[in-house]
Amino acid sequence: MSNIKILLNGLIKENPIFVLFLGMCPTLATTTSAINGLSMGLATMTVLICTNFVISCIKKVTPDMVRIPVFIVVIAAFVTILQMFMSAYAPDSVNKALGIYIPLIVVNCIILGRAESFACKNTPLTSIFDAIGIGLGFTLGLTLLGSVRELLGSGSLFGLRMLPETTNILLFVLPPGAFLTLGYLVAIFNKIRTSK
Amino acid sequence: MIKIIMGNLIVSLSPHAHGTESVEKNMFGVVIALLPAVLISLFYFGLGSAVVLLSSVAACMFLEWAISKYILKRRPTLSDGSAIVTGLLLGMNLPSNLPVWIILIGALMAIGVGKMSFGGLGNNPFNPALVGRCILLVSFPAQMTSWPVAGQMSSYLDAETGATPLSVMKAAIKTGNSDLLTTLPDTFHMLLGNNPLGGAGTIGEVCAIALLLGFIYLLWKKVITWHIPVTIITTVFVFSGLLHLASPVYANPFVVILSGGIMLGAIFMATDYVTSPMTHKGQIIYGIAIGFLTIVIRNWGSYPEGMSFAILIMNAFTPLINLYTKPKRFGEKLNR
Amino acid sequence: MQKIKSSLPNMVGVLVGFSLLIGVILASVNQITEGPIKIKQEQTLAAGIKTVMQCQQISVAAPLEVTDTIDGKLSSFVIHACAGATGERLGAAVESSTNAFGGELKVLVGFDTNGHILGYTILASSETPGLGAKVDQWFQKDGKGNIIGKNPKGGSLTVSKDGGDVDAITASTITSRAFLKAINQAYRAYMKIDWAHEKVCFEPTNQ
Repeated sequence: MSNIKILLNGLIKENPIFVLFLGMCPTLATTTSAINGLSMGLATMTVLICTNFVISCIKKVTPDMVRIPVFIVVIAAFVTILQMFMSAYAPDSVNKALGIYIPLIVVNCIILGRAESFACKNTPLTSIFDAIGIGLGFTLGLTLLGSVRELLGSGSLFGLRMLPETTNILLFVLPPGAFLTLGYLVAIFNKIRTSK
Repeated sequence: MIKIIMGNLIVSLSPHAHGTESVEKNMFGVVIALLPAVLISLFYFGLGSAVVLLSSVAACMFLEWAISKYILKRRPTLSDGSAIVTGLLLGMNLPSNLPVWIILIGALMAIGVGKMSFGGLGNNPFNPALVGRCILLVSFPAQMTSWPVAGQMSSYLDAETGATPLSVMKAAIKTGNSDLLTTLPDTFHMLLGNNPLGGAGTIGEVCAIALLLGFIYLLWKKVITWHIPVTIITTVFVFSGLLHLASPVYANPFVVILSGGIMLGAIFMATDYVTSPMTHKGQIIYGIAIGFLTIVIRNWGSYPEGMSFAILIMNAFTPLINLYTKPKRFGEKLNR
Repeated sequence: MQKIKSSLPNMVGVLVGFSLLIGVILASVNQITEGPIKIKQEQTLAAGIKTVMQCQQISVAAPLEVTDTIDGKLSSFVIHACAGATGERLGAAVESSTNAFGGELKVLVGFDTNGHILGYTILASSETPGLGAKVDQWFQKDGKGNIIGKNPKGGSLTVSKDGGDVDAITASTITSRAFLKAINQAYRAYMKIDWAHEKVCFEPTNQ
């Protein structure tokens, strides 16, 4: 499989949100607006690229029986580094909105799942491509979900006002709206995927 | 009943006896039973009621037709009358000064999300009209909780609003001040809907007599059985009666059963065929649970009315109730 | 290269090795980011104090800590006394937090010397977007529930539903109540300090 194919694989065929249903907690909780979804997706992608690369590099020196603890330590390290950098340099609004979800990336199934099912069996370079593909797929899904919810629930898109405030359907920024939107997006995604 | 359609032949399980009952007949029975309440609402809310009910029914019928034709790509099921019933019930659950565009969103949620997403009539786990109402209630809290006062025949969006008996009851519990309850109308006026508070409330809930007339018609025509409505109303009566005896801040049980959506919900919403249990035993469990949950939500929840939430919660339990109240098959050994 | 075996010494060695390595990496990253994080927090606080005091040229004294019993529990408030450019006292900005609908709601509120509210800003909140999250605008001067210029002295500020004269955020009474509680307890903490005898020295904040 060529690297480009691996990249596209994560974007569509194995899209973590619409096909694999991984990482549902941040998916549902952080997507109250498009910008939050995008930032969460990018943060996860950054961690995923680093961990996939490192885990692929160290796969030979990790005894099988302790591989999960080692992976978790590596993932936790990168998440902590990301969190430190974000609280130091990221804009306040993003930091406030994502603050409590950043540490949760450690237990995001996508990261450990890719480490376990891809990175520990492939070369560092292909692992990076896989991480970019899956990360982009995750970012795409979160941004899409966030955009729909923000547009319907707050009447804006990336903070720009599109609809007057009186037409906001509040349900969409509340948790049930996240489930509803996700369900319909998955239905549309499946329709497109199967019709090809 | 399982039906396997092979070409033009319909193969179904026995028995093959055919009755005159049909979905259409029962649905139009419900529409006729709703007529007294519709007429009374026209009398109390005039233009507002007409606009809300008509737009709700028209939107539900159009969406049912459009979704089955263009998205599900199958023969439209408009003629079974279920869209009219959903539209009427949705309209009766709304305040009479609701703008048309919100009603359209409600109809989309009721028919699109509540019914067609699951595959249309017979497959929906929740009562579609209540799905529409609850989504609107959560999404537009300001518009959905301002209730026009009855008797303003020619006003629609500009109707004057007032407190409902339910908001008075809630205020009495929250503040612990039982004097507030003296402003509630007496039982006789609650039955007629012509009360000193001005009969504020949703379109369909202001007059209990009209709803009871509909109930009698439904029983007479055997469209529904007495089990669900009677158990709901009895449970609400007993539970709120006990609370009333325990503390004066809880309202008189006669007023409680006649206020808000209890009558409308118990008679027309909870008895929906698709979403209520099949056996009588199951229906009684279902009714008691709805009555109990309604009073819990009304008295201690953050919303003044709990009927619609209670019915939706119990809709979710219906498959479980059906599982545990299965009738014994002929010849099956009974457990000692 | 052969994959190393899962023998006990190997496993212990690898785990200890990775932990040490990662410990070192994290410590060095912490060294790099510690400074910027602190500067950023100070800047955020300084900017917040300037907004709530409605004044650009300001000197802020070292923060004072005041404790008060709220609902039977001891809570502490951080008070930043402020003075104008010429050294005259302006009042103080008080940090106060309460439990709102979605969790902790932390506000910074500015009082003048008589206890009138000069301004407020939300330091941390996890309220529902579109509902309770409107708290950052709602009670400002052009908001519907304007509290600027009011004085909690005459009686605590309460929402109109509870008999007060502040309009609650539409459909978010719990958030509104929590916000006003935070303001009221900040006022009480502020009034606990005997400003005439308290020694505070003001330092101008660097831009």
